[in-house]
Amino acid sequence: MKHHVTTTVNGDEVEFLCETDQTVLDCLRNELELTGTKEGCGSGDCGACSILLNGRLVCSCLVLGVEASGKTIETIEGMAKGDTLHPLQRKFLEHAALQCGICTPGVLVAAKSLLEKNPDPTETEVRYWLAGNLCRCTGYDKIIRAVMDAAAEMRGA
Amino acid sequence: MQERVKSPKFDVVGTRPVRPDGADKVTGRAKYGADHSVAGQLVGKVLRSPHAHARIKSIDISAATALPGVKAVITRDDFEDQAPEFVPAGEMLVNYRDVVRNVMAREKALFEGHPVAAVAATSESIARAALKLIKVDYEILPHVIDVIDAMKPDAPIIEDGMITAGVTPPPTTPSNVAKRVEFLLGDVEKGFKDADFIVEREFNTQAVHQGYIEPHACIATVSEDGTADLWTTTQGHWIVRAHCARLLGWDMTKLRVTSSEIGGGFGGKTVVYLEPIALALSARTHRAVKMVMSREEVFKASGPTSGANVWVKMGVKKDGTITAGEAVLKYQAGCFQGSPVQPGCMCAFAPYDLANVKVVGYDVLSNRPKVAAYRAPGGPISEYAVESVVDEIAEKLGMCPIELRLKNAAKEGTKAAYGPKFGPVGLVECLDAAKASPHWNAPLGKNQGRGIAAGFWFNIGGETTVNLQLNEDGTVTLMAGTPDIGGLRASLAMMAAEELKIPYEKVRPIIADTASLGYNFVTGGSRSTFSSGMATVEAARSIIKQACGRAAKLWEIPEDAVTWEGGEIRPAGDNAGKFQPMTLADVAKVAGKTGGSIVGVGAISAQGAAPSFGVHIADTEVDPDTGKLTITRYTVIQDAGVAIHPSYVEGQFQGGAAQGIGWALNEEYIYGSDGRLQNAGFLDYRIPVASDLPMIETIIVEVPNPRHPYGVRGIGETSIVPPMAAINAAAYGATGVRMSDLPLSPPRVLKAMKEARKSAA
Amino acid sequence: MRYESPDTIEAAAKLLASESGDARVLAGGTDLLVQIRAEVLNPVLVVDIKRIPETRTVKEEDGGFRIGSAVSGAELKEHPKLKKIWPGVLEAANLIGSTQVQGRASLGGNLCNGSPAADSVPAMIAAGAVASIVGPNGRRELPVEDIMLAPRKLALQKGEIIASFKLPKKSRASDAYLRFIPRTEMDIAVVGCGVNLTLDDSGTCTAARVGLGAVAARPLLVEDAGKALVGSKVDDAALDKMVAAVRAACKPIDDKRGTVEFRIDVAGVLAKRTALIALDRAKKG
Repeated sequence: MKHHVTTTVNGDEVEFLCETDQTVLDCLRNELELTGTKEGCGSGDCGACSILLNGRLVCSCLVLGVEASGKTIETIEGMAKGDTLHPLQRKFLEHAALQCGICTPGVLVAAKSLLEKNPDPTETEVRYWLAGNLCRCTGYDKIIRAVMDAAAEMRGA
Repeated sequence: MQERVKSPKFDVVGTRPVRPDGADKVTGRAKYGADHSVAGQLVGKVLRSPHAHARIKSIDISAATALPGVKAVITRDDFEDQAPEFVPAGEMLVNYRDVVRNVMAREKALFEGHPVAAVAATSESIARAALKLIKVDYEILPHVIDVIDAMKPDAPIIEDGMITAGVTPPPTTPSNVAKRVEFLLGDVEKGFKDADFIVEREFNTQAVHQGYIEPHACIATVSEDGTADLWTTTQGHWIVRAHCARLLGWDMTKLRVTSSEIGGGFGGKTVVYLEPIALALSARTHRAVKMVMSREEVFKASGPTSGANVWVKMGVKKDGTITAGEAVLKYQAGCFQGSPVQPGCMCAFAPYDLANVKVVGYDVLSNRPKVAAYRAPGGPISEYAVESVVDEIAEKLGMCPIELRLKNAAKEGTKAAYGPKFGPVGLVECLDAAKASPHWNAPLGKNQGRGIAAGFWFNIGGETTVNLQLNEDGTVTLMAGTPDIGGLRASLAMMAAEELKIPYEKVRPIIADTASLGYNFVTGGSRSTFSSGMATVEAARSIIKQACGRAAKLWEIPEDAVTWEGGEIRPAGDNAGKFQPMTLADVAKVAGKTGGSIVGVGAISAQGAAPSFGVHIADTEVDPDTGKLTITRYTVIQDAGVAIHPSYVEGQFQGGAAQGIGWALNEEYIYGSDGRLQNAGFLDYRIPVASDLPMIETIIVEVPNPRHPYGVRGIGETSIVPPMAAINAAAYGATGVRMSDLPLSPPRVLKAMKEARKSAA
Repeated sequence: MRYESPDTIEAAAKLLASESGDARVLAGGTDLLVQIRAEVLNPVLVVDIKRIPETRTVKEEDGGFRIGSAVSGAELKEHPKLKKIWPGVLEAANLIGSTQVQGRASLGGNLCNGSPAADSVPAMIAAGAVASIVGPNGRRELPVEDIMLAPRKLALQKGEIIASFKLPKKSRASDAYLRFIPRTEMDIAVVGCGVNLTLDDSGTCTAARVGLGAVAARPLLVEDAGKALVGSKVDDAALDKMVAAVRAACKPIDDKRGTVEFRIDVAGVLAKRTALIALDRAKKG
């Protein structure tokens, strides 16, 4: 029998049915039709499925849908506020920090989480924090620059 | 970092606006292959051979078909056999006889992961359960994986009866060598006689995968009257249409293919895998069938590139003149012929003006997935070998590796070993920029080494169609057909805006489907900015011409009495000043009254694609106790012709470099003795992560291509060609050992260093 | 597959013990979900232990720490005192996978997954961590080095769950963990080494524990390596003896991550480097 899960996604209360073996990633994409979070590997090695679960950066492919019950989930779809892109989103565009864009939602969510915990990271800290977000197009250079630039703007520097 | 050498001045071209698809891509709104769904869709799944080589004696699908929720099961019986016919797929050729077998095995399973059957069911779990119920009777055959092993006389034969093409007289016994190719220039024997010394080396590389983060995915819907819609992540939806129509025996017009946003391809998405299967399943059920590859399936059953064995011999005079270059390339093709050994041969000595060249290549089958194009297919392998030998020559001569290359550099007028004479090319400019660069002149620390290498790619043009529509309010909609892998829409909109003298924001570029636009060859061959750009310019100029004609009509003056200046249509000559100038928007407003909608079409077979040369500088540091190499500094210097959007040019430089770095350091396909892939995931197939790389400095050299309206050269592929040799040379500097096998993984490096220490002692 | 989420450890143990089919504990899920997806495991029951307070708490106890078995590496890193006293354990736990994986992966799961290459285990062995195990027959304790017997084989009975770990009483930092991987992140350890030292006021080593991972069928406590350091000032001569003992204890395999020769070589290199970091921490206090 399926589980009836009630959870909060990007500030909205939502509910869905899922089998035990469906992950939060499956549920976001297939039950809630929020396809911004991507599956690159399904085994926690690529970070394309990154979300915040109760404020903690995790791979949604490594959390069962049923575990989301009563928790809060933040995905890429919740990052912009109405009309306004998050500074990270804006900086990614300015710096051309995306080419094909498939890794971008995961990287943005991960970077947002970093800056919430550490508003003034060094280049090395950014690189190590994002090591779980694979990108095959950019070589990471512009991604790192965009994150550091967004961090500076958010600090009011 | 963002240095540019010699840059012409435009209004829009050369600036860095935000890409038009940007908001969708940073908010998760953009839809990639697996992001689309159709009501009532079925889930399609593929049953794959667990054996590397096996005859398929029978397939019993009865139990699977009977499982509730299963709507269709297909096998080789559902695809008609295809006669041999070679057609382009990206920059390589595929043979339809092989394509149908690659999509679904027929007589034999030829690699672990080879599709043997497929099901469509109402859920993923039912589909998976159904696969388990399919009974396949395999007769397991001996397998062969390695290219040298596959060429041995006692090797298991992959394709029964294969006789090597390109050998005279033809061999009398079958082998796994599909073809031998040869490129000759001058007389290498004489060249070696004229040399003061000769360097001869043999190198081995492993198969690597393009590593795109987005797995293959598609949705096929075939209705009862035979019209079909296919949504797929691809670099070339017209190719997909052609291959699927052929395999399924349909008229092309019946099949409309829409390309989703593409999450990386690098050549690996210029062929079909799931699409014909999804269409066949949907044709049986008349419901949409969605198919998505798992990461394991991507590694096992899409198209990595060749591993290879390369032998290089070069002769040189004491003054640094290279007198002869010879190479023998043995490339893995996978289980069907068609490795990129030919472009590999053509690329090998391309950076040099040589009188005497002989390159021989062998296309060799083994029980691996059929290789697909990977960014400059064949080039990185052969240039890794040649550039490594050039580095050794420089050391033996006591000559700076840049000076040695300058002395022999290909220039305008150089006849390449593979045929044509180069037009203006930028290798010398790149070498000069390298010499002057901050990186080249920076000091090195302990256990560090620096390497430099040149690279080349031909770049292609090809069939391209672009539609520009002048909307009633003077804005423009641009329809292109080369999927946007990262920055294309921006570049096309910029060229249109530049031509039409309207703001960039007034152009909306979209990637059209196969029913909405004329034929487009793939996004590949570094051709999309070049070719779609050329077609865009042609379409824009057509709009201008038409608009001038409309103004002339309104003013009742001859068409040739009208000029286009500074974004305005003006009466000229005797009529100058008689009428108020009109903008495109003014003309658009009254288009209906003057003859109808104004549409510009650029339908071309783009000619004049020009090569892009590049030079990379790599610094590595070795941990002498573990053999681990770290890239401490990296610079890409490459000729872009003219950089339409410099940020995306830099992005191509950096991305190609990163892939080459992975290829050099850690990426490889690892097979067990059972012929099964041991590292079919991102955990053990090790692509570079963010903490592995430094910032990648870029220097854009601009030697404009005279045959493109904006001077564009393709740039996307050259950047993967130099890294392996540059890093190999840098590793030599750091470790004291010249390595000849890739990847330079720590166990290999440590072993080599220890053996060198032992010999020295 | 059924999912249960009990709120007591006894209830969890009972569920696991009474299930005739394969039943698995779910903590962070970063190994379990991967194996289920790969069809390496096909449990009929998954018991989520994260609602059980004992598995999710970190508290000081008798001068040491009691760490819940399902506390994530990221949460451990945020505990201010734990970081000060056990930097090696924390570093080890926070090298598992990626930032995302560390947001979920736990010490209990990392150990009970039964991989000889688990990152946290050599550090936990070096720390002298003791597991508190609850089963249908009650509670017992086992040192961490006795938990894993062979790949995927644990010294736990059916129904037994590790509820928490006890890290012994210690007043200052003195441990370190290093691993060798081919990239800078994301890889499974090719060799992992944890070292924990105790120095007296004269700087002489009075106790030393060396844990090794990925060089045998289970993570090892290399007693001879520890003995080589005791009584010394952890000088080069003592370190050389330790390195020899470490290398002698290795019984690695050739696999896609490393060769036998390489692992033995690097185990020695890492052990020395790890010991020096531990020494530095122990001296600084």
